[in-house]
Amino acid sequence: MSQKFQAQIYVTLRPSVLDPAGTAVQSGLAHMGYSNVEQVRIGKYVELSLTAENETTAREQLDVICDQLLANPVIENYRIELQVLAQV
Amino acid sequence: MKFGVLVFPGSNCDRDIVWVTQGLLNQPTRMIWHEDSDLSDIDVVVVPGGFSYGDYLRCGAIARFSPVMRSTIEHANAGKLVLGICNGFQVLTEAGLLPGALVRNRDLHFICDRVPLRVERNDLIWTQNYEKGQVIEIPIAHGEGSYYADADTLKSIEDNNQVLFRYCDPSGNLTSESNPNGSLNHIAGICNRQGNVLGMMPHPERASDRKLGCVDGLALFESILKAVPALV
Repeated sequence: MSQKFQAQIYVTLRPSVLDPAGTAVQSGLAHMGYSNVEQVRIGKYVELSLTAENETTAREQLDVICDQLLANPVIENYRIELQVLAQV
Repeated sequence: MKFGVLVFPGSNCDRDIVWVTQGLLNQPTRMIWHEDSDLSDIDVVVVPGGFSYGDYLRCGAIARFSPVMRSTIEHANAGKLVLGICNGFQVLTEAGLLPGALVRNRDLHFICDRVPLRVERNDLIWTQNYEKGQVIEIPIAHGEGSYYADADTLKSIEDNNQVLFRYCDPSGNLTSESNPNGSLNHIAGICNRQGNVLGMMPHPERASDRKLGCVDGLALFESILKAVPALV
């Protein structure tokens, strides 16, 4: 029996990489009056569902998926959250 | 000397390359659709500029997994020539054929301009028709062309003299005003350690036809022609 999972994947720029878009948003927020916002970093959010034998297998596959396609490890980090949707 | 120009959905500089290699230099040239994988007749693979797969996810990220790129990686690993221009450079970094990555321009603008570049070395196939230290003028057109690599990678790139072109001022000085996109170390073009793979953000193919007013890029393509007897 296998399981159906829902994965939430957060891809963020590594701290050493400049984020000019984040800086631009921060300056927009300052113009709104929120000069107390100290840092803005913009990332990506990916949702996907997959079927796998168990959580370990699902995580292994998602790591490969993230390392090779969803994120570029040269400039980005990622974090995966996983929920079981159903037994299939 | 046969050129193969890859064509992804969204490539838009492919025909410009063909115009240079076939139209101006009379070299046999074949356009290769991204779903093809036979490169056996090709000497130089050119990965052209454009917006492969709409630049979705990251520039070049999806193109990397196309069948033609698998063959291109084999072509490169066999020591044969691969040239990536603009989006092609992004594809080559995503594919791991070149180190580092191209990220959003420092000032967020898409930059379409003609900029001076300093030729850092001329002892490689790609640049033998230039002088070392020569300043050439080549168009750029990109939104994500800021070269990034972590400190260790950057050091190894410099230690191995892998930088072929740097953004500079018209006299060849590396001033911060002359770095259009915030690239680390003013990097505009690098090769792999072996020297057979070159990636560059500027467009030499747009500076090759006299009718366009600038021919500083033509010497790069002519250099490649000169290289072939030495390789065979």
